[in-house]
Amino acid sequence: MGTIERFQERVLAAARERQPLCIRGGGSKDWYGGAPGGAILDTRDHAGIVDYEPTELVITGRCGTPLAEIEALLARHGQMLAFEPPHFGSNATVGGTVAAGLGGPRRASSGATRDFVLGAKLLDGKGDVLSFGGKVMKNVAGYDVSRMLAGSMGTLGLLLEVSLKVLPRPFAEATLRFEMDEIDAIRRLNEWGGQPLPISGSAWCGGQLALRLSGAEAAVDAAMRQLGGEAVPDAAAFWMKVREQRHAFFADSEPLWRLSVPSTTGALVLGGEQLIEWGGAQRWLRAGGDAATAQAIRRTVQSCGGHATLFRGGDKRVGVFQPLAPALARIGARMKDAFDPAHIFNPGRLYPESA
Amino acid sequence: MMLPYALVRKNDGMSIRQNVANVLACAYNRSMHDHASNPDRHPDPAARRAQVAAALRARLPASCVLSDPEDTRPYECDGLAAYRQLPLVVTLPTDEAQVLAILDVCRQLQVPIVPRGAGTGLSGGALPIRYGVVLSTARMSQIKRVDPLARTAVVQPGVRNLAISEAAAPFGLYYAPDPSSQIACTIGGNVAENAGGVHCLKYGLTVHNVLRVRVATIEGEIVELGGAALDAPGLDLLAVFIGSEGMLGIVTEVTVKLVPKPALAQVIMASFDNVVTAGNAVADVIAAGIIPAGLEMMDRTSVRMVEPFVKAGYDLDAAAILLCEADGTALEVAEEIARMSAVLERAGATAITVSQSEAERVRFWSGRKNAFPAAGRISPDYYCMDGTIPRKQLARVLAGIADMEQTYGLRCSNVFHAGDGNMHPLILFDASAPGEFERAEAFGAAILALCVEVGGTITGEHGVGKEKIDSMCVQFGRKELDAFFAVKHAFDPVALLNPDKAIPTPHRCAEFGKLHVHHGEVPFPDLPRF
Repeated sequence: MGTIERFQERVLAAARERQPLCIRGGGSKDWYGGAPGGAILDTRDHAGIVDYEPTELVITGRCGTPLAEIEALLARHGQMLAFEPPHFGSNATVGGTVAAGLGGPRRASSGATRDFVLGAKLLDGKGDVLSFGGKVMKNVAGYDVSRMLAGSMGTLGLLLEVSLKVLPRPFAEATLRFEMDEIDAIRRLNEWGGQPLPISGSAWCGGQLALRLSGAEAAVDAAMRQLGGEAVPDAAAFWMKVREQRHAFFADSEPLWRLSVPSTTGALVLGGEQLIEWGGAQRWLRAGGDAATAQAIRRTVQSCGGHATLFRGGDKRVGVFQPLAPALARIGARMKDAFDPAHIFNPGRLYPESA
Repeated sequence: MMLPYALVRKNDGMSIRQNVANVLACAYNRSMHDHASNPDRHPDPAARRAQVAAALRARLPASCVLSDPEDTRPYECDGLAAYRQLPLVVTLPTDEAQVLAILDVCRQLQVPIVPRGAGTGLSGGALPIRYGVVLSTARMSQIKRVDPLARTAVVQPGVRNLAISEAAAPFGLYYAPDPSSQIACTIGGNVAENAGGVHCLKYGLTVHNVLRVRVATIEGEIVELGGAALDAPGLDLLAVFIGSEGMLGIVTEVTVKLVPKPALAQVIMASFDNVVTAGNAVADVIAAGIIPAGLEMMDRTSVRMVEPFVKAGYDLDAAAILLCEADGTALEVAEEIARMSAVLERAGATAITVSQSEAERVRFWSGRKNAFPAAGRISPDYYCMDGTIPRKQLARVLAGIADMEQTYGLRCSNVFHAGDGNMHPLILFDASAPGEFERAEAFGAAILALCVEVGGTITGEHGVGKEKIDSMCVQFGRKELDAFFAVKHAFDPVALLNPDKAIPTPHRCAEFGKLHVHHGEVPFPDLPRF
């Protein structure tokens, strides 16, 4: 019996008995989202790169394939996953990466996980294997279900296989550092964003702004001359620390909030230290994880047109993700019913199940 | 300005309708079981029209409701002009409250709704339903704001694609997706079709450039998908909504991303004495780590078709030409042009010309952008296909198409978004010659079959609409189609929004299956089209 057949048996049995399943790859992001529950279905039994041709700019891998393996293969061909997904552990799998839908420093300029998902095979709650999208760049046949799986936290089904668009690594890369306060940094990042500059990452923390430039050598050189600042040699390690949250800012034991806001949102005074990425659009905040703090943060962020996630630590009972408007929640619940009628997959991982 | 019609009759639209009448009768007969458009439900069409129009007029200003066939005639088709159907009523709301009122009336009276933007779509997505209402968003054409600092624009759905870039131009910004019809097509339609364009390899499709849509649901609620931030909590319903062909909700407002206008763009025109060599050159450019701003290919038939018309300066002796564009700062462009030129030369280009001025760049592109109108000049009719293939399969598919030209006795010119594998074969035919339209249709079906066979898809950017609905039965199995219906149900539980489009019912596929056995003479029996 192949792994897919074994998965199908597990799913059908779970659906029959209404026993929840915890879809899990390497477990590198167990701490993210609602607390995992249910019997573990280990996706690492279904691993391997199915197809990769550098000139097609597409890689297809099974869910349990280590993310590191995919990135190493791409690097050998001068390519990359341009959304720079954080691994949060050496055991991260590509299935978990897509299900979590997180993006690294390059996300603001290159796009999110969902922007690079071209197709997916999904094992749904009825035990059926469904194929959506494909291995080509442009495909508008049927609803684009595969992109919706990015960030779905495994609540719609078991992602068996995914095709991702890849991009060439930039010819040149450089990092500049500026002494700058928060208000200035937000303003400058937005101003630079409106100019044809090859900005591919930004991180402000503690009065220092780091800015990454990527592209043709001429473009990077010209931008460096235009922007000034102090060139930071060998900055790859710095950006890796930001991406993997190994930067000193993240070492604190206080709960970590992720604020996703319009990039032009002014400095948010929320009673904790912040690290600002994505040209101002992603702000990490160290603050309490209790109900009162959560409510204050969410109210403030929502009034700016954004949303807040209790990313790490804190009390998950305050809700990990920002509550949805009722009409949206209803559409989402019907979507869940459509793909997972018995509600067996990762219950509560995205939002608490309504009983 | 000629719009790129998928199926165009050069002189008049009437004769083609007569010519295809038999074919279309087949299509319409097969949709009769679909409840919403079942004529049997309304034995008295005039009474039904009066009832629906009266109910709408009770809620909307008189100028927003058209029911006289003379007034609704312009809405009987979209860019796929061979498919025509007069709707019961056409509505032209000017704001969101009116959209909600229309949805409310239609829900109460169980009237299907066909949303429509500018009607430039090429797959019949805005084809009216006989007992349905057309909801045109054309009058919701306000640009609400352009925020140069945030690099976003908030617009109503009826704003034209190009108008967004025009409004952003004073700030050095523009809206990146540029479908060929951008002078006329609207952002609402772009969202419905996930429109692309010649620059989408580098700058993405509509789905990559829209931050938020405000949607009126059939249940009478307003929902916002996405938001002003780069992501939104919960399932990514925005990703599903974009490209949903008007079947999930009515867009009332869109927030788009704007990007800085590059200081300079230059294009290389490279000639090749063999299409396969040209295809390999495209792969070489990508392998060299370059993502050109545009990467387009035209075969000899296309080149010879457009050159007398446009005088773009194309090489008439070439078997294929490539257009490779670089954009950015002057230094950046110089670097990329040099790099691409070297790759193309190594790949066997017989001639390489780099545009030396903006005027020349525009002239090089004009041939490519006018391929459809040019087809209309040399052939009474043409039929535009829209398959996407893995690029490495190009040689095989082009060889297959060349064989099919012999099989079907029709010429086909090929323009190709070479960077992303999206082919637009243009089948040239004369609908007034007996049997030619049917041959063109069969030829098109065969091309799509080949696209699926080599691992591609039946539509890259034009949508399924009414045109390719039967081909969906081939690309997807019953279970995927069921899942699509479940997705639709999540947004539209009463199945009134653009029903009978894009996603075929299992019943339809079953009948289609019977039909295809019946018409077994088609060379690619897996994918016949009526």
